[in-house]
Amino acid sequence: MLGKFGKLRRNIALVSVLGFTLILAQGLMTTATRAAEPIKIGFSMALTGALAGGGKQSLVSMEMWAEDVNKKGGLLGRPVELVYYDDQTNPKNVPGIYAKLLDIDKVDFVVSGYGTNLIAPAMPVVIQRDLVFMGLFGMNNNKKWKYDKYFQILPSGPNPAVDFSRAWFDTVMALDPKPKSIAFIAADAEFARNLKEGAVTNAKRIGLKITYNKNYKPGTPDYTPIIRAINATNPDVIYVASYPNGSVGIVRAVSEVGTKARGFGGGMVGLQFSGIMKGLGPKLNGILNYDFYVPEPNMNLYPGVVDLLARYQKIAPSRKVDPLGYYLAPWSYAYLQVLGDAVNAVGKIDHAAIAKYIHATEFSTVVGKVKFGKNGEWANGRTLTVQWQNIKKQNDLQQFTKPGIRKIMEPAAFATGTVKPFNALR
Amino acid sequence: MFSFELLINAIVIGILLGGFYAALSIGLSISFGLLDIVNIAHPAFIILGAFICFIFNSHYGIDPILMGIIFSPVFFLLGLLIYRIYYERFEKTGAEALRGLAFFFGLMFIIEVILIMSFGVDFQMVQAGYIDFKATFGVVDIPFRMFVPFVFAMLMAIGLQWFSSRTFFGRAMQAVAQDSLALRLMGIDPVKIKTIAFGISIATCSIAGALLVIVIPIEPSVGRLYIGQVFAIVVLGGLGSQSGTLIAAMLLGLVESLITTFFGPSWSPAVAFGALILVLAFKPTGILGRVGDTRG
Repeated sequence: MLGKFGKLRRNIALVSVLGFTLILAQGLMTTATRAAEPIKIGFSMALTGALAGGGKQSLVSMEMWAEDVNKKGGLLGRPVELVYYDDQTNPKNVPGIYAKLLDIDKVDFVVSGYGTNLIAPAMPVVIQRDLVFMGLFGMNNNKKWKYDKYFQILPSGPNPAVDFSRAWFDTVMALDPKPKSIAFIAADAEFARNLKEGAVTNAKRIGLKITYNKNYKPGTPDYTPIIRAINATNPDVIYVASYPNGSVGIVRAVSEVGTKARGFGGGMVGLQFSGIMKGLGPKLNGILNYDFYVPEPNMNLYPGVVDLLARYQKIAPSRKVDPLGYYLAPWSYAYLQVLGDAVNAVGKIDHAAIAKYIHATEFSTVVGKVKFGKNGEWANGRTLTVQWQNIKKQNDLQQFTKPGIRKIMEPAAFATGTVKPFNALR
Repeated sequence: MFSFELLINAIVIGILLGGFYAALSIGLSISFGLLDIVNIAHPAFIILGAFICFIFNSHYGIDPILMGIIFSPVFFLLGLLIYRIYYERFEKTGAEALRGLAFFFGLMFIIEVILIMSFGVDFQMVQAGYIDFKATFGVVDIPFRMFVPFVFAMLMAIGLQWFSSRTFFGRAMQAVAQDSLALRLMGIDPVKIKTIAFGISIATCSIAGALLVIVIPIEPSVGRLYIGQVFAIVVLGGLGSQSGTLIAAMLLGLVESLITTFFGPSWSPAVAFGALILVLAFKPTGILGRVGDTRG
């Protein structure tokens, strides 16, 4: 027989056991639920607006990465989920999107959308939260912030604005006779201005005389007055930093007006896009421009890129994105690949530890070995300078899938051709 | 850097550029200028027209301008339908000011989304023999990429001016803008006149779209680049005046071209819009606006 206190003790013991069991069960359930909960990666992306061509292309490739990772068991044993919103290529939309991703969607990581102008407004939000931030094709976005958790996949180099055009200047200085003067024209937008600023530094370093240096407003419908004004200053080479619409207008204007400059191009965004390549056709011949991946034989050191592009090209028609995907698909896959590898290596969601790991590691990605420098840019740049050669037909996309059309001039390790004067190829 | 060659070419290109701007704005001079409808979706209709031309050009090789002309009756019917909705839902109830504006904003986004879903977001271009052709007269080069749109813009502007000043219906269109009550007292239904006038303004978008895709590569949202410009041209020209719109477009084109050539392209928008402010300061009704019209 239990006394009054004995009963009480028994009841307390029973309640304690029950409570402990419940806590344990809840703990186990929480662990199990968390294991099944996806790791969310949030970002804004230009799915409409001027940069949507690049944004949608990137998204397809990022989804391919998520699919590949999930097939292999995800990150830290949890599936990966991409959470994204359309920024409409409007920088004003970006801070709000990142605040929503972090506060409402509770994402575990954020990565950037496509392009300098859309990375810049996300930086303060991300820096305030002290998070790892992978950048997709940003030009010198970390210059002001010097943020130690920012990493950027555009292979510009440690001094991005200057290094980006270094290969272009090395190429034009190989022309015989060597150029002595240069003209600059750039779109009035952050990326183009940064690019031109770096190119001007390179021109001064080499000792080229600057004959013309102006910006134009995006949306200019006709560029012949600009080309004429540049021609009137008689430059030996012309450096252009432009966005897709401007790039097309400038190529058309230089075809109509002509130029005596022996080198032309530089930082013309859009000439790498399938629709534009197809439409401009032979008008591209002779242009020396930047690029990151071209179907030349010397680019085989990018492991897995051929396979990735083949898979992308199968999906592209149904997703109504760039059918070739050379320009962005490998890079948007690679920047998530770096993040994913780092998370798995660190073994937990610890942004400080992940940033430290990324700084210390050389990654093997679909765009080859990637090592980041102190400022989060590539420790060694790998921007290509290519020259369009041998384009015979207009409206024929297939010709751009073959080697010999965009010959690599620089870096020397990748070179597949030698530079020729602009008009020799027209 | 000044030379006669630069000057003469800058003037020629300025005039051609003005023709291009006129093509984009002429329809808006009817809807916004005459009918007081703030059709913010006007550039989106132009892009719709441009995409139709692109499809027929890329699949069947049909000339974009021909397609623009062929499709203009379809755009006319679309305009009739849109105006009926706008009238019934907003104008009739006196809610056209803000809700009507929101309606056209909505239309703009719907058109953009439909285009994105149908064609994707890549830049598209058309092919036609004359696009790469240029005529040279001494030191003057005339690129047909700009000249052909200029010619059709002229035809469109002159045709519309003739229509609005010489035909019964055109005069009724002008009358709607001036005094729709008086028009009603004369036994003419102003709503019917407005419906047809709005149809005409949308029909011009089909041809303007064809001219646009000849000049620049297109993607679904590229029309947004020109919203400010087309409204500025219509206001500068004088609300409701097709001739004024044409002159304003030419003025803007010329100023842009001359400033770009001699002072640098970054100055051209500031100077062009500065000219707009100056003109409006001295003549608030715009270049050919009617005296007493206080809308400008």
